[in-house]
Amino acid sequence: MAASSTTISSAGPARPARSFVQRLRGGDEVAYLITFAAAASILLVTGLLVFELYINSSASRAKFGLSFLVTKTWDPVAGQYGAWPFIYGTVVTSALALFIGIPLGVGAAIFLAELAPPAISDALTFLIELLAAVPSVIYGLLGIFVLIPILRTVEPAIRAVLGWTPLFQGPFYGVSLFSAGVVLAVMIIPFIISISREVIRAVPGDQREAALALGATRWESTWDVVVPYARKGIAGSIFLALARSLGETMAVTMVIGNDPKVKASLFAPGYSIAAVIANEFTEATGQLYTSALIELGLVLFALTIVINAMARILVAGTGGRNG
Amino acid sequence: MMTRRIASLATLAILALGIASAQNVLINGAGATFPYPMYSKWFDEFHKKFPTLQFNYQSIGSGGGIQQVTQGTVDFGATDGPMNEMQLKDFADKHGGSGILHFPTVMGADVPAYKVAGVAQALNFTPEALAGIFLGKITKWNDPELMKANPGVKLPANDIIVVHRSDGSGTTYVWVDYLSKVSKEWETKVGRGTSVNWPVGLGGKGNEGVAGQLEQTPNSIGYIELIYAVQNKITYGKVKNSSGAFVEASLASVTAAAAGAANQMPDDFRVSITNAPGKDSYPVSSFTWLLIPEKISDATKKKAIKDFLAWMLADGQKMTEALAYAPLPKAVVAKEQKAIAKIQ
Repeated sequence: MAASSTTISSAGPARPARSFVQRLRGGDEVAYLITFAAAASILLVTGLLVFELYINSSASRAKFGLSFLVTKTWDPVAGQYGAWPFIYGTVVTSALALFIGIPLGVGAAIFLAELAPPAISDALTFLIELLAAVPSVIYGLLGIFVLIPILRTVEPAIRAVLGWTPLFQGPFYGVSLFSAGVVLAVMIIPFIISISREVIRAVPGDQREAALALGATRWESTWDVVVPYARKGIAGSIFLALARSLGETMAVTMVIGNDPKVKASLFAPGYSIAAVIANEFTEATGQLYTSALIELGLVLFALTIVINAMARILVAGTGGRNG
Repeated sequence: MMTRRIASLATLAILALGIASAQNVLINGAGATFPYPMYSKWFDEFHKKFPTLQFNYQSIGSGGGIQQVTQGTVDFGATDGPMNEMQLKDFADKHGGSGILHFPTVMGADVPAYKVAGVAQALNFTPEALAGIFLGKITKWNDPELMKANPGVKLPANDIIVVHRSDGSGTTYVWVDYLSKVSKEWETKVGRGTSVNWPVGLGGKGNEGVAGQLEQTPNSIGYIELIYAVQNKITYGKVKNSSGAFVEASLASVTAAAAGAANQMPDDFRVSITNAPGKDSYPVSSFTWLLIPEKISDATKKKAIKDFLAWMLADGQKMTEALAYAPLPKAVVAKEQKAIAKIQ
């Protein structure tokens, strides 16, 4: 008896959890079934979603096949549909958002979790969590009325420094892939900060103490010990941010320019998958048109899975080297 | 004894009320967003007049309206662009060969709006200029085509930035329908639709998106719905009509366009009134339509819809101007009143 109670207490992570287990004594099966049903319902919803997208896009899949993915024309009048400009716009804006968002977000999280005085850290974290709850249409409006005028004034400076690269060529109209990427960065940074801060704080104190005891400076212990320890959790926050930026609709459509063309320059207008679906679905007439839009939804789903899988493999790879 | 009788009477009364309310007729419709403020006002007033008749309208867009009325999930649809032959055939196939009727309700118009440095007055636009700009062939504000139509206006030598709607919309349909009529090149290269493959330009979502982008972008031009421009005090240009006059869009000039087209009105009312004849006609005008199935099996619903159409053509038309919609010309009203009898 005593032996079994010690196994339970060692299995449970902490004291309150143990009492929870005790209260559920005899109800293990019930708890298992209920939680299993909850997990299964998520799988079921996802499965149904893919199934519906697949069935309802049959007309477009039959007509265009795989060439749908690489065709550049989107012409509802002629019945010609291709997803390439939208895939390109979605990937480029999300990549730019991560490029800006990861250093800022992770940097802020490190500061808030490790370096800032607790009072400042708590106040700032509260504000950042508020930011995460702001509706995306607000970010879109801020993008149009605040961010774009600012970008207009800094655009000559960017052009002077980076204008020789193909990424910053051509006229800048305000709305562009660049603006969409920056707005997305602003939107995803709160997610990266608030989750990364939690996981960094959850790193056991003895890790820090051990590093300090070995003669590391505070920054060395943070950067070389604490951050690598929290690496998986930080990566998780970035995946969540990536998912949000791939699927973001309202804010993107307001600042991206909604022009389905593929241009190397970030200053050029573009289009994203989620934006074109939201824009054109309500007025889409004819089976082929709606089915092409639904196939775009399927493409976005697949794109999210592929990018997430790639990111996970990347993280696992670096883990192997470091570990 | 007495109390029991009162109680049973009360029960009967409640039952009777229940039955009466069950006889309330609920008619569902869905479709175009442009006429939604007008329709909700009409349905509200009609319900006040005939409390047992209730119309429920969801502004989900013209495409959705056509789709839902075809599938029979709503009693009527509404659209900013008439149904095409394929859609009509699809409807007939799904409804045992009986068709669907178009009833024009009000009119709207698209106006060219712009932001050009140093230009505050209303600019004149020829059809050639508009087609050239939206095709990407006229690229500078001081192009001879624009200079010629605007003598005395100092137009800058800046690049023109075109802004169009990014969402599928009846407003776009009217604009490209007009461009298709005045430019062969537009008709063959781009064509008509609620969304098209734009040769040039940036997309803004909704009238507010286009207006916002015009406001933000120097040297830009776009098209917006007349009512939106009027309500938000946006300056817009005049467009040269088929008689050669530069006409400003207004309720009167839009109604004039419909009157100009009324002579050639086909019996099914599926007509575009862009580039309509008549010297007062504003050329980028359009009807918006209710879509009513020819055969309505439910007798109470049929009567309610017929009553509503008759009321809309009489009393309803008097409410349009308060909401900045152009009313139907008399000739069209008379023709529609006759068409109500087609509903079986």
